[in-house]
Amino acid sequence: MAQEPVVRVQGVHYAVGRRAIFDGLDLEVARGRVTAVMGPSGTGKTTLLRLVSGQLLADRGRVETFGENVGRLKRDGIYALRRRMGMLFQNGALLTDLSVYENVAFPLREHTRLPERLLRHVVLTKLQAVGLRGAARLMPAELSGGMARRVALARAIVMDPELLIYDEPFVGLDPISMGVVLRLIRSLNDTLGLTSIVVSHDVREITAVADYCYLLSGGNVVASGKPEELAGSDSEEVRQFMHGLPDGPVPFHYPAPAYDEQLRGARR
Amino acid sequence: MIVAVVRELWQSLRDALEALGGYAFFAARLFAGVPRALLRPGLVIEQVHNAGALSLVIIMLSGLFVGMVLGLQGFDLLERFGSEESLGTAVAFGLLKELGPVVTALLFAGRAGTALASELGLMRATDQIAAMEMMAVDPVRRVVLPRFLGGVIAMPLLAAIFSLIGLYGAQLVGVQLMGVDTGQYWSQMKAAVEIGDVMEGVIKSGVFGVACSLIAVYEGFHSAPTAEGVGRATTRTVVISSVVVLLLDYMLTAVMR
Repeated sequence: MAQEPVVRVQGVHYAVGRRAIFDGLDLEVARGRVTAVMGPSGTGKTTLLRLVSGQLLADRGRVETFGENVGRLKRDGIYALRRRMGMLFQNGALLTDLSVYENVAFPLREHTRLPERLLRHVVLTKLQAVGLRGAARLMPAELSGGMARRVALARAIVMDPELLIYDEPFVGLDPISMGVVLRLIRSLNDTLGLTSIVVSHDVREITAVADYCYLLSGGNVVASGKPEELAGSDSEEVRQFMHGLPDGPVPFHYPAPAYDEQLRGARR
Repeated sequence: MIVAVVRELWQSLRDALEALGGYAFFAARLFAGVPRALLRPGLVIEQVHNAGALSLVIIMLSGLFVGMVLGLQGFDLLERFGSEESLGTAVAFGLLKELGPVVTALLFAGRAGTALASELGLMRATDQIAAMEMMAVDPVRRVVLPRFLGGVIAMPLLAAIFSLIGLYGAQLVGVQLMGVDTGQYWSQMKAAVEIGDVMEGVIKSGVFGVACSLIAVYEGFHSAPTAEGVGRATTRTVVISSVVVLLLDYMLTAVMR
């Protein structure tokens, strides 16, 4: 029998004001795999992560994380759920008044009563895993963007989560830092036996590490499959996104009145 | 025209009521969390240092100058009635019951209140609050409550220091410059000022401490996650705190007179 998926999204509708973000979204995240969620900006990739982690509630439909209906959970239930997951924010979101060491130790200090020696052992182990044991004493302001994201990654795995969520982990990184983060996503997933969801629009990078990809557009999944399947897709929408074509189903031009009419000053 | 004005007034009233409800709900959440927050005194002490010790210089300097002005003005006025020996009493009443708590609260709103609001606003804007939520750590309990309590504890202490330095400043001008007798200055003050007068100032500064700290943490915690939002939260903290302190001052004075 196939294993239960870690995340199951069924018929989810979600709108901000009058603008529908999701219109009956369905997807599943299988245990043990790196699942990529891709799509143009503004398609609700981050919103999906927030629905999965209970930061937002769906207007309609069902979001299940670890088999729990997120929409039915109260605050304590949501917090219990979040203790089983880690999240890497776009900018790292390190606590700026704490050192690297204390940032990684933060969840342990809040949720456990580990003796200081053991806590130090755990923190240094996690920092070693992301290659920043030597930076333990630095403050967040002294870190580069890539280092900050690796520290945030160490913090995200310090409670040994089952699910790791990455929100745009490659934004603003130089090629070396990007390579490091890519390698970490794969190696942490495999060595720690995690399940990972990576939201990104960096197609080349993400398809290099993902086991399975979802492509979102217009409030729904327009394609899904293994990275090589998506790369070879005949769908115009998929081809435009996967190959970065400037024009296609997603038009280059924002809707506007006729060009010559506007230039002649008839309309603003 | 009239319909538009009425509609705008109605909207303003609704916004004000909504904000008031938000404040009441947030205050209830804070007060409910106080016993648990006191179990981690280290976090609170750190914030007493941030809100209190770091405001000391401005409080002491202001206290000194306000006291000196009171000494000068008080002397000029009392001299007309030939009762300049009562300078100590007049200054003590003014400082302990009124100027100490009020000016300290206004300075606190400008120094510590803005620091609190902008710090919380920046934490919101840089996803630090969201990160705590994702780590299953309640940011109100971990970040907001210690800051709130730090402000509440620091305010009466700062007001007391302000008043003491003010008394010394008035003595400096009245006695050293204008020639009022030292013994008269202190003994008349001691004879006239009762414990009730001191308590009036303590109660006022306690209430102002709760109000100013609540306003600062509420505005900062609920600021929009943008540079503009943080700026607006900081400005609102000073404006709302100043008006609320002066309003509360009148109400408390009327009740305790």
